Amino acid sequence: MDDIKDAVLEYVVDEYVDEDDDIEVGYETPLISSGLVDSFSMVSLKVFLEKRYSISLPDNEATPEAFDNVNSIASLVRRHLGQG
Amino acid sequence: MSNIGSYEERLRGFDWTIARKALDWDESRDILNIGWICSDRVCERMGLADKTALIWEGFGERRSVYTYDDVRVYSNGFASFLAGLGLEVGDRVCIFMDRIPSLYISFLGVLKAGCIAQPLFSAFGDESLEVRLASAETRAILTTQKHVKKVRKILEKLPSLELVILVEGESEKLREGEILYEMEKAPRVESFEVRASGPEVPSVLHYTSGTTGMPKGALHVHGSIWGQALTTLWVLDLKPDDIYWCTADPGWVTGTSYGIIGPWSLGITQCVLDSGFTAERWYRFIQENRVTVWYSAPTAIRSLMREGDEVVRKHDLSSLRHLASVGEPLNAEAVIWSQKVLGLPFRDNFWQTETGSIMIANYPGMEIRPGSMGKPFPGIEATVLDLKTHAPIEQPGRVGLIAFRPGWPAMFREYWNKPDVYRSKFYGDVGSKSPRELRLDPGVWYSSGDRASIDADGYFWFVGRDDDVINTGGHLVGPFEIESALIEHEAVAEAAAVGKPDEVNMEVVKAFVTLNPGFEPSGDLELDIMNFIRKRLSPLAMPQEIEFTEKLPKTRSGKILRRYLHALEWGEDVGDLSTLEDD
Repeated sequence: MDDIKDAVLEYVVDEYVDEDDDIEVGYETPLISSGLVDSFSMVSLKVFLEKRYSISLPDNEATPEAFDNVNSIASLVRRHLGQG
Repeated sequence: MSNIGSYEERLRGFDWTIARKALDWDESRDILNIGWICSDRVCERMGLADKTALIWEGFGERRSVYTYDDVRVYSNGFASFLAGLGLEVGDRVCIFMDRIPSLYISFLGVLKAGCIAQPLFSAFGDESLEVRLASAETRAILTTQKHVKKVRKILEKLPSLELVILVEGESEKLREGEILYEMEKAPRVESFEVRASGPEVPSVLHYTSGTTGMPKGALHVHGSIWGQALTTLWVLDLKPDDIYWCTADPGWVTGTSYGIIGPWSLGITQCVLDSGFTAERWYRFIQENRVTVWYSAPTAIRSLMREGDEVVRKHDLSSLRHLASVGEPLNAEAVIWSQKVLGLPFRDNFWQTETGSIMIANYPGMEIRPGSMGKPFPGIEATVLDLKTHAPIEQPGRVGLIAFRPGWPAMFREYWNKPDVYRSKFYGDVGSKSPRELRLDPGVWYSSGDRASIDADGYFWFVGRDDDVINTGGHLVGPFEIESALIEHEAVAEAAAVGKPDEVNMEVVKAFVTLNPGFEPSGDLELDIMNFIRKRLSPLAMPQEIEFTEKLPKTRSGKILRRYLHALEWGEDVGDLSTLEDD
């Protein structure tokens, strides 16, 4: 059980996937490169992470690549929590 | 040698009939309908039926290629299908989908059917969609399984919207009244008689945001082709063997004028990438498709800069020969970066939804002054007007309103059902003249609503908007629309939306809100409001910061002073505050 990964996944599914979408989102599902989350919407995901984990993610780390799937987002968060 | 050759030479004795010559136009054989020009004409008159028109790539290595003959036949199919449904000449047909091939080809089909194409950005939420469809009294919408749910939410509120057509999806998922039309599965339509043609026949209705009121529809006509084709030749420098990539979405004017009409009227091969932005994917797209001419936006260029030079070096981008940029001012650093890293400068240009075609540009071969928009296109009389007297400014370097003498071919003909708003964009002896009279009046000026200065050598230098409209990532977002949506959130009592500086997007939306009794500021509430706007309007309109405040600055008459908040965000002089409401 990985709390960070599950929390991020839950947020992504709740906010970016509609109930009637035929999309199965998992830890490795591409988010940005697939267009599921666009670069403007990425900001709300960043704000969610910063508030939930009381961290500050600098722009040069909050890149489309770093945000492209739940696993990489969780790694980024862990690094900023000193767990990475 | 570039298509334009010497800019100075082109200025001498310029006449728009040169566009007809450039297209080898034959009045006795050619039909002035953009749908026909971009498909049938290329096949029949130019003899390029087998030439590739579109290379399309989507996420996950999906790829398809269409010849001009495919584009001709499939657009005939759309036109025939729409006509068969009873759509009439002049009816508005919305195109609401991602950048899939059907978007580009149905656009031509709508025009061949004599209808007015109303492309809308597929990331729009249901409220943004509703406002624009209601305003245009749109009769049909072409969409996909992915986006139809937004249409379903608002359908009951749109009595004019009779036809919901899906261009891809599964028939078993259709709701009652919805129709499925898949161009590649439908019977081939070898010929279709274009139902409307001529320079003043309406073609495209693009919605754009203003300071006050809801978005307004800028109506264009088929005669815009002269401006779009000639600027494509002289500014984008497209030549027969080019592989061209315009990164703009056709939900916005750049994506239609230069992502469909300009290149296809000239029989150019263009490619489209419909996937999310990552630097690696973009560079790989250029490398694999051997893109030669690339037309993009400052926001994208700055995003690429941020990803660093290493990712550039991993790709072979040697096919590129000409780069151009539009959307918001291209900063000098970006021009210098592209020269250093890509070996070519991005050449900035300036225009807007209403102008329909490029108005000011840095031309191939012309000296670039990094940070400048360049010089007016031949045939375009441009100036800056004094902010108070509205007289043309003679003195170099003084800031005024960018203005153009009306009458260029691609100029918008009206704001849909809003003649007073159209009139408000002109300076001089405007009186109660009709849109047509204003457009043909050589004594008035049309202002884009932007501020700039002109240097002693005639280069234009952008300063900013003259109103409260927010230019984020090259897209104009209206504060009124955001504020109206904000106060629909249960926690929000009053709201003001302004642009705040942003390194990549030039500016992003920031909202100031006061809360209703019973609600307290919190991080969760901020996030909830952000997502509320993102879903209702669009990701572009989503405030990237929300400041909770006890009260908003207002005039004594109760009007919220956005300019005061804007000035604070930008560290500017707040100006005259004599009308500010007392504490």
